[in-house]
Amino acid sequence: MKKEKIEPINISENNFEQCVKCTICTVYCPVLEVNPDYPGPKQSGPDGERLRLKDENFYDESLKLCLNCKRCEIACPHGVKIGDIIQLARIKYSKKKPKIRDMILANTDIVGTMASTFAPIVNPIVALKPVRRIMDTVLKIDHHRMFPEYTGMRFETWYRKYAEKKQTDFKKHVSYFHGCYVNYNFPQLGKDLIKIMNAAGYGVHLLEKEKCCGVALISNGLIKQATKQAKHNVEAFKKSIVDKNMPVISTSSTCIFTIRDEYPHLLGVKNEEIRDESELATRFLFRLIDSGKLKLVFKENYKKRIAYHTPCHMEKLGWSIYSTTLLKMIPGIDFMSLESRCCGIAGTYGFKKENYETSQGVGKPLFDQIDGSNVDFVATDCETCKWQIEMSTTKKVQHPISILAEALDVEATMKLWQE
Amino acid sequence: MKFDNIIIGGGLSGLTCGIKLAEQGKKCAIVSSGQSAIHFFSGSFDFLGKLNGQEVKNPLEAIKTLPDSHPYQRVGVENIARLAVEAPLLLNRAGLSFLGKADQNHFVLTPMGIMKPTWLTLDDFTRFEQKNTFPWKKAVILNFSGFLDFHTLFVQDGLKKFDVDSQVKNFAMKEFEAIRRNPSEMRSTNIAKVFDQGEDALNEFAEKVNLLSEGFEVVILPAVFGLFNKNVVANLKSKINKPLVLLPAIPPSVPGIRSQIFLRKRFEELGGTYFLGDNVEEGTLENNRLVAIHTKNHGDIKLEADHFVLASGSFYSKGIVATREKLYEPILGLDIDGDTDNEKWLDEKFFNDQPYMHYGVKTDSHFRALINGQPIENLYVAGSVLGGANALKEGSGAGISVLTSLHVAEQILK
Ligand SMILES: Cc1cc2nc3c(=O)[nH]c(=O)nc-3n(C[C@H](O)[C@H](O)[C@H](O)COP(=O)(O)OP(=O)(O)OC[C@H]3O[C@@H](n4cnc5c(N)ncnc54)[C@H](O)[C@@H]3O)c2cc1C
Ligand code: SF4
Ligand code: SF4
Repeated sequence: MKKEKIEPINISENNFEQCVKCTICTVYCPVLEVNPDYPGPKQSGPDGERLRLKDENFYDESLKLCLNCKRCEIACPHGVKIGDIIQLARIKYSKKKPKIRDMILANTDIVGTMASTFAPIVNPIVALKPVRRIMDTVLKIDHHRMFPEYTGMRFETWYRKYAEKKQTDFKKHVSYFHGCYVNYNFPQLGKDLIKIMNAAGYGVHLLEKEKCCGVALISNGLIKQATKQAKHNVEAFKKSIVDKNMPVISTSSTCIFTIRDEYPHLLGVKNEEIRDESELATRFLFRLIDSGKLKLVFKENYKKRIAYHTPCHMEKLGWSIYSTTLLKMIPGIDFMSLESRCCGIAGTYGFKKENYETSQGVGKPLFDQIDGSNVDFVATDCETCKWQIEMSTTKKVQHPISILAEALDVEATMKLWQE
Repeated sequence: MKFDNIIIGGGLSGLTCGIKLAEQGKKCAIVSSGQSAIHFFSGSFDFLGKLNGQEVKNPLEAIKTLPDSHPYQRVGVENIARLAVEAPLLLNRAGLSFLGKADQNHFVLTPMGIMKPTWLTLDDFTRFEQKNTFPWKKAVILNFSGFLDFHTLFVQDGLKKFDVDSQVKNFAMKEFEAIRRNPSEMRSTNIAKVFDQGEDALNEFAEKVNLLSEGFEVVILPAVFGLFNKNVVANLKSKINKPLVLLPAIPPSVPGIRSQIFLRKRFEELGGTYFLGDNVEEGTLENNRLVAIHTKNHGDIKLEADHFVLASGSFYSKGIVATREKLYEPILGLDIDGDTDNEKWLDEKFFNDQPYMHYGVKTDSHFRALINGQPIENLYVAGSVLGGANALKEGSGAGISVLTSLHVAEQILK
């Protein structure tokens, strides 16, 4: 962040100058719709930037209400990086120090390590109403929120114990960035991924040591720590991608989005060498199938009606097509697309007491659509969307990779490439 | 990723082209880098409002006298007449009810209080057969307190010319206090969202309107109703005792955004794939054919198709770009119909027909794009990126967009 000190103050590193004041972005901002305290993308973004460059006292703490969903950027006809302008302003000008609560929410790997170590104790305790009331009063974590359950055996431990050895049997290899959620809360997703990748003929390896992508650190203002972790991850990715020629895949849309786009834009951490080969597992599989290098065989008895929800960062990446195309390949699936809308949780945002109402207000139209749909479950690529939808609707949520894993005929698929 | 047809640009032109192709069972994709000019839409689609400065009564007759280079002439007068009947039906199937005829312009009242000739008008708005009279003599113009995007005094001044006695009244509702807290967000779309959410606000509003319009023959309001929910306008009309005339407010336009949403929905329901927020960066040409395009989001995964349509809009949408040095088409570097000498781009007199407004991508007689004079066999061009007309001066924007795109779709379907 030293750079701008020596540059003339009227030059921004984001392209606010491209804004023509058409206000199209404000039409699509989900927060503006439910919370009038938020000044909206145009005013918080390009308009505010103009003022902040003159005097940082124009910074307004209400910019914290932005979900960083980037739906404004997708709509903008002039390619203004509105979301980035807002996030950077928060990083540069916010004088409010992160609270203890923010640090707890942001440090997903430290908390995850502790919580998963004591999972049998932690899970029932944080599920208790009185405990949630205390968290509400003391930590300002809204009592409506259920914490995702922590697993007793972390994914990494399971992998070393049961999966690692077999991975060398394959001719082709990838690395897997599993992220905190798979490691501490939901190892099954990681197991599902390995099942599919092995069936497709790929050995799956872990990075030398991955750290949390840092998205929660960024949104809670813990920039130094986020930058440190970003640098660490880029180095770890390089070892896989550059040194070993092994692409890195992930099942979390937010982690991948953060690593590909937020590292360079927001943290100034360069990632050119690794960006193209860091992607979502569904995109990796799609490419193989689309280019005729892989064929998946599905079970005949798998029959489900599912609705797909597009997480904000999938919308911004433009990548939901990969997940939905894979799902539509399963013969027994009756597929419906939900309207692409923010679910309102935005990572740790929705956990905070002060944001609870906004968060649920933003998600309401989506919840109504889900509750009104007659589906077996909802499919989505983002773990926090899963929490939000499961807490706020009557439906369960599954990751496309888990659905594929369940529907896949592993032996028949393997046979095709072994021949 | 392989499609039958890929359209670059998701505005009025790209969407109507995509819908027509998808209705014929084609597997289509539209890539659009952002939202389009429909967001500024006044509520009417113009076909030809003015010719040589004169108001046009019968556009279908008038286009016969346009120069050969004009898009209407290039599509052919007979084709245009046929497609002009087809267009409102296509819009109707998307749930958008437009009324009007191509052989007789009707009039709409503009926010400046002027009667403007046009072709198709969305049923939110009132169509007038006469340009010199307003059917009511006593009007009340209502506005939401704090709503700055509706200039009531212009409307009042304009109505005076029709001998209409009008009164402006502002009123407040508690539902809008929240939006007003924010100094910059008392905008059309935010007002519309409040009415979208439920009947209560609309009922209260209608009651107020009925009270304030006592003693008047007609109520005039800004068009801030029905953003995602198209029933709001009809619902409001049924609750108000007097005839209601809606006038466009300053963009973004509520009925325009609704139109964009409905067209996209129709396209997707027909099986089309709409990529929003993605930019087409370049294309691969082989033997005078475009085989694939490359986009920002999809990177090494190319989008392939048998036919492509360029509907990327004019200068505003960056379909063509002018810098100090040059005028160019940014994706493939297609041939441009326009002056390379930048001295000739502008006419010094601001209100004159500006040469640059006619600039666009050059095509052959089948509307196929050219590179160095050679046609690209499977790349067609439609909409405002075409050039050849000053849509603003002629009042022909939407007409050219919709009709050239339907024509191009027919070329592909042949
Ligand atoms: C402000 C304004 C108001 C208007 N109001 C009216 C009206 O009320 N009535 C009327 O009849 N006419 C009106 N017009 C005329 C208007 O030009 C046409 O009616 C019509 O909307 C143009 O449609 P289009 O599809 O050709 O282009 P556009 O609507 O400009 O759409 C082009 C699309 O292509 C996309 N695009 C461009 N480059 C790329 C790329 N490289 N990759 C991906 N996508 C790309 C853009 O993002 C954009 O969404 C108006 C025009 C403007 C500018
Ligand atoms: S949509 Fe883009 S150009 Fe329009 S006001 Fe917002 S930032 Fe500016
Ligand atoms: S990123 Fe999302 S919440 Fe933030 S301003 Fe943009 S649209 Fe609104």
